[in-house]
Amino acid sequence: MTNQSITQKLANPTRFMGLSDQLLPWLAGASAAIIGYAMYLAFFVAPPDYQQGHTVKIMFIHVPSAWLAMMAYVLIAISSFGLLVFRHPLADVSAKAAAPIGAAFTLLALITGSLWGKPMWGTYWVWDARLTSVLLLFFLYLGLMALRSSIEDEALAAKLTAVLALVGVVLLPIIKFSVDWWNTLHQPSTGLTTTVHSSIRVPLLVSALGFSLLFFTLHLKAMRNEILRRRVKALRMAEVDRAQGSQAPVAAS
Amino acid sequence: MMPGFWVLVRRDLQLAVREGGAIGTALGFYLIVVALMPLGLGPDLSLLSRIAAGVLWIALLLAALLSLPRIFEADYEDGALEVMATADLPLELVAAAKSLAHWISTGIPLALMAPALGILLNLDIGSTPALIGTMVAGTPAISFLGAIGAALTLKARRGGLLLALLVLPLYVPTLIFGITAINAVALGSDGFWQSFAMLVALSMGATVLGPVAAAAAVRPQLQ
Repeated sequence: MTNQSITQKLANPTRFMGLSDQLLPWLAGASAAIIGYAMYLAFFVAPPDYQQGHTVKIMFIHVPSAWLAMMAYVLIAISSFGLLVFRHPLADVSAKAAAPIGAAFTLLALITGSLWGKPMWGTYWVWDARLTSVLLLFFLYLGLMALRSSIEDEALAAKLTAVLALVGVVLLPIIKFSVDWWNTLHQPSTGLTTTVHSSIRVPLLVSALGFSLLFFTLHLKAMRNEILRRRVKALRMAEVDRAQGSQAPVAAS
Repeated sequence: MMPGFWVLVRRDLQLAVREGGAIGTALGFYLIVVALMPLGLGPDLSLLSRIAAGVLWIALLLAALLSLPRIFEADYEDGALEVMATADLPLELVAAAKSLAHWISTGIPLALMAPALGILLNLDIGSTPALIGTMVAGTPAISFLGAIGAALTLKARRGGLLLALLVLPLYVPTLIFGITAINAVALGSDGFWQSFAMLVALSMGATVLGPVAAAAAVRPQLQ
């Protein structure tokens, strides 16, 4: 009930700009402080793992990145649903802003994962089920961004990208399942899911919180940029119309 | 309603046959990609028979991918798609009919050609029924999911390249279960029916998801 009224209030871009302007400094400050604290815990408090040694520190960046890689896609899917079903004016702005950030965290998860894999598995890349499904998630992100950039009409690009995002969200669990099934034919589980001791787990959770806040900071900032970009574009179009002497009214965004 | 569906299927099949070239090109592409593999990997027959199922499936995906734009492109360009959208038949069923016609005119010929190419790769002759069976069961997913990509890229610049990027990740489950099903027979491990059932399930799911998503993608482009 209240949740719905908030999304309805935010449908006004001007109100959204005002609110996000007030919120951003706090969000940015909190994410910087919490990530700083998490890195302090990771490098000075958490003990090196008895098997992994100091390479375990990579986990404090790798795990939050992998989590955000998935969360960003869920956010895109929800936004796409909001665009296609409710025609919420900010839904497309949110979906468009989240895609590159999600792709960046996915890439970060892949890179940190392979840096961890080199000392642990002796190679930068193995066709482990998890690595493979994250790689496929990365391809989906690339597809979303490529589709949007290759269609000139922005409103049309928004709708088509939303369709693709929803198709992706239906197929992602199936892809994940098939990759897991494929891999179990080749090798047993690598034991990544064993229980984690609290000396590692607590910094990991703090780090995940900090990176999540960082994601929301970046997402909000990217949404603001997108709204400003659209306003500039609308003003330019109005300017062109005026220069041509037509009586078209100034497009208000 | 349904007569219109079959009329559309027949029309698309006639176009595919009479235009000529379309089916032949896909088959020729399939042949040359498979023939290039031994040139790249060396003529070791035991190696080739081990990777045959994978090579046949991946080459089939690429050959089918080339023909995907055909599903909507010509009808979109000459305005026939607009007429179909205003007809009684829902756009979802139009997309389903066109995907079905694509499967019959591309998926089945490619599946029937696969055993001949399997010989080039030293695939066990005894696995021919399994090879044709899995490919016929798996290729509907390629046509129906491919229709989504074909619909999304109607107005896109560099549509063909983009189509590959959009659609190939969606084909991963079909690829995995298709290859394991063939290997179960050719390399003598068990679990053929398990993979085969998954393949059929994927194709059936695709026949539902594909037309709905493709219609949702075509509709905003017809205004």
